[in-house]
Amino acid sequence: MQAVKYARAESVEEAVSLLQDGGDGARPLAGGTDVIVQARERTRDIDLFVDIKHIPEVISIEYSDDSGLTIGAATPCYQIYGDDTISEKYPVLVDSCSLIGGTAIQGRASLGGNLCNSSPAADGIPSLIVLEGQVEIAGPNGRRTVAVEDFCTGPGQNVLADGEFVVKLHFPAPAERSGARFLRFIPRNEMDIAVANAASAVRLDGDGNVSWARVSVGAIAPTPLLVADAADAIVGQPLSEESIAAAAAASSAAANPITDMRGSIRQRVHLAGVLTERTIRQAAERAG
Amino acid sequence: MVTAQSKETEQYNVIGTRPIRHDGVDKVTGAAQYGADLNLPGMLAGRVLRSPHAHARIVSIDTSKAEALEGVQAVITNADFPRAGDEEIDTGEGTANLKWVLDNVIASDKVLYKGHAVAAVAAADHHIAEDALELIEVEYELLTPVLDVRDAMVDGSPLLHDGLHTAAMDGSQSDNPSNTASHLQFTKGDLDSGFAEADVVLEREFETSMAHQGYIEPHNGTAFYRADGTLDIWTSTQGAFVVRDSVAPLLQLSPSQVKVTPMEIGGGFGGKIPVYLEPVAALLSQKTGRPVKLTMNREEVLLATGPTSGTYMRVRMGAKRDGTITAADVHLAFEAGAYPGSPVGAGAMCALAPYDIPNQRIDGYDVVVNKPKTAAYRAPGAPQSEFATESVLNELAEELGLDPLEMRLQNACVEGAQRADGFTYGVIGNVECLEAAQESPHWQSELQGPNRGRGIAQGFWFNIGFESSAYAQVNGDGTVPLVLGSTDIGGTRASIAMQLAETLGISAEEVHPHVVDTNSVGYTQVTGGSRTTFAGGWAAYECAMDIRRQMEERAAQIWECDAADVTYGDDAIIRGPQDEDGNDQQFTFKELAGQLVTSGGHIVGRADVNKTSSGPAFATHIVDVEVDPDTGKVDILRYTAVQDAGTAIHPAYVEGQMQGGVAQGVGMALNEEYYYDESGDLKNASLLDYRMPTALDLPMIETNIVEVPNPGHPYGVRGVGEVPIIPPAPAVRAAIANAIGVHMNELPMSPRAILDATLPSGD
Repeated sequence: MQAVKYARAESVEEAVSLLQDGGDGARPLAGGTDVIVQARERTRDIDLFVDIKHIPEVISIEYSDDSGLTIGAATPCYQIYGDDTISEKYPVLVDSCSLIGGTAIQGRASLGGNLCNSSPAADGIPSLIVLEGQVEIAGPNGRRTVAVEDFCTGPGQNVLADGEFVVKLHFPAPAERSGARFLRFIPRNEMDIAVANAASAVRLDGDGNVSWARVSVGAIAPTPLLVADAADAIVGQPLSEESIAAAAAASSAAANPITDMRGSIRQRVHLAGVLTERTIRQAAERAG
Repeated sequence: MVTAQSKETEQYNVIGTRPIRHDGVDKVTGAAQYGADLNLPGMLAGRVLRSPHAHARIVSIDTSKAEALEGVQAVITNADFPRAGDEEIDTGEGTANLKWVLDNVIASDKVLYKGHAVAAVAAADHHIAEDALELIEVEYELLTPVLDVRDAMVDGSPLLHDGLHTAAMDGSQSDNPSNTASHLQFTKGDLDSGFAEADVVLEREFETSMAHQGYIEPHNGTAFYRADGTLDIWTSTQGAFVVRDSVAPLLQLSPSQVKVTPMEIGGGFGGKIPVYLEPVAALLSQKTGRPVKLTMNREEVLLATGPTSGTYMRVRMGAKRDGTITAADVHLAFEAGAYPGSPVGAGAMCALAPYDIPNQRIDGYDVVVNKPKTAAYRAPGAPQSEFATESVLNELAEELGLDPLEMRLQNACVEGAQRADGFTYGVIGNVECLEAAQESPHWQSELQGPNRGRGIAQGFWFNIGFESSAYAQVNGDGTVPLVLGSTDIGGTRASIAMQLAETLGISAEEVHPHVVDTNSVGYTQVTGGSRTTFAGGWAAYECAMDIRRQMEERAAQIWECDAADVTYGDDAIIRGPQDEDGNDQQFTFKELAGQLVTSGGHIVGRADVNKTSSGPAFATHIVDVEVDPDTGKVDILRYTAVQDAGTAIHPAYVEGQMQGGVAQGVGMALNEEYYYDESGDLKNASLLDYRMPTALDLPMIETNIVEVPNPGHPYGVRGVGEVPIIPPAPAVRAAIANAIGVHMNELPMSPRAILDATLPSGD
């Protein structure tokens, strides 16, 4: 690890100005579970950490039936899965947050960090995508909002410009008879990075037809994907073996993975389908 | 699980009980000092520059910019070491060529694997040392990497070592240089007629990946070369004397100039026998006159220390319809890594060791490839070779419609059976393990549910004896400090102290074992080969007998009688003849201990042993798995390990060894692999992507200790540490086949591999 400077920002404005002044070597620090490791292993050149987790709006959870859910970008996973409202209304976030790292990591790691690290295999992002999450970004030119599925642009890359950082994440309030589920496949039972992962969200109408759906699959392309074809395959009809199989096939078709030490192309294409199928079934169970 | 003292150990007071380990409090409170905990005044931090290439010639190394960096005290390369001659040195579980040992510690003309050390720096702190590494300029001429053992053996393959020729067992060498360092062969009977007798003959090919021991504590080494020419080394090692005898010739010092202090060790499994950092720390200290500490990070451990061999293996086995195995032909090609010395020899001797097969041929090839030099790993060579043979045996049983356990019993070696390598068994517990497994609740239970299967496998490992040393003094309060040279990895302070206590008739708690440096105890071989409780315990026994004899003499002196008339009983009562008044004369151990100082001084017992009568170990494992056919993931549902321990000195530690061996064996079976790209870059050099099983990946492993005492040991001890890593992979393979009907022929049997074997082509 190289010697680094540390600055603690007390406001969003101060964080933006510190990041701007720090230039390429400045990085926002939330839980630090990715970025400190990257600095120590010298895989990223970092000379200034701007600690954002002491800014109140960056570490917070707010919910109302009107405005939905807002989670501060640096809010640690354990606060998210320990929140009663989130457990009740957004269990798919509990799925993700309880799988990111181990217990100790979950004490620091955040969904904002998971998003900004922009790993194709991020266990947080597919859930944020199927919940129609919006990313609120602060920067030198003020604030802007980006849909989660448009945030990542490649492995480790995203839409953040110099001086920008993620402040919070917004989600609409859950509709009646809706449910979402996230699953990942790893070769072991814990402490691993997804070979592939997926989240599905479904909404059922009074007749039991799927009235709306979202499917997102991760680790099968340079970024987590929103697979519209998979959702289209199940919307407008009751769930059936055929429609679920068609959705699974759509996810496999959308997959554009690589072979690496975590999985092969063949395995990932196959798993995209398996996980799509399983998450749709379990999302529907949650929808009730 | 054995919870009470077993039948065999009822005759003992201490052996077979479960006292709290002597080193336990220090370990759970964090007071125990591991290698990296050491801090000395004026100490410098060392870092090693490693090759980014798997195979390259070093054209030049320019260290001038690094040397100029403020805070850098020394930069060294291979050229700074005295020239290593073409001599063999003892490396703990064999010997090695000194030049190769040095070249592996720090490369000379070529780098032979990614992560191969090229240069090293000593600086004021490790940040400066890391900055300095980036200033060292190395020019490489890239060469084609040789990554597959079969490719490496082909004529015309790029060569790692120009001067390496294939050595045969008769001492002859091949005319042409080769990556095949040696070929060995063991034969018995007549192979052709053996196969002619068989009703069914099966042939299978197997590939296994390199796998790492995965000890939690990374390597470390601290050295201080003093102004008087003596060198102190502190390191986490399995063998302090091996470190001394490796470092001394590398620096052209006499062993008497080198003192090695073994620190507490966070696992070794064979991988902490070779030296890596110690010679580098020593030379950096010699250059700077200050203590230098080097530690590895996890990536360095995986890239540049010694895993076990990847292999290509082929087994042909024939049996009669009644299950009698008539012939077996075994071909083993083992990756040695960058320098010769894979465990193929041990693998070859173990391959068919549990079975009395009249006609055998076992060929073994030791092959260099552009991967790290392999080191010992728990029963080196046997998990691979026995995976191949046990797997074919299981398939033969399936083919013949026979119970795989019955078929093993039918062919099992018993006392007097001879292996192809010529060794004839004495008293062994091969059949006893199989019978205990057969009677176990697990084997008797019925396995139900879809995609579930059960498998079984047998394992054999030699165990070794060799040199151990011990001395012990008797304190006035009756306690006995015991001084040992064996690094305590698996509870050997306790198991050795218990044998001393048993012999003296005192409690385990009254013995205080200590592991000391190489100047403070007699020569002691490595903690390895499952030898430590065996040979260390024997030394403790003889040491105690020496104390008993001296106590008898002292009592005779006090009672003014002939020592021959005094007896030290197993109850720790020293009895003499009746006194003049006809009264019985006796001392308890404690009473006599209290009188030693006033009756002529302290007593010190001592013993040095060098034993070759180690007892072979056998094990039978049963496993139930469930396979997810959609993902290829295997869950271990239930596991039973049966093993002959000879005598279980401390049954909890025997069980711990059995369970630990199973955990590592399951790791090799399911997910652990060295994953290389075509350039020879190890892509999973982290514990995130080198997937050892976690606590959530294993059920409670049921243990069943069988005790067939080894007649070649005062307390019947056999080694216990190694054999339990052998049966898991073939047992899991059989269980997977039983669950989904697919026989996997590669390790690891990862979800990826299982999907590859089960998905319809085109999916």
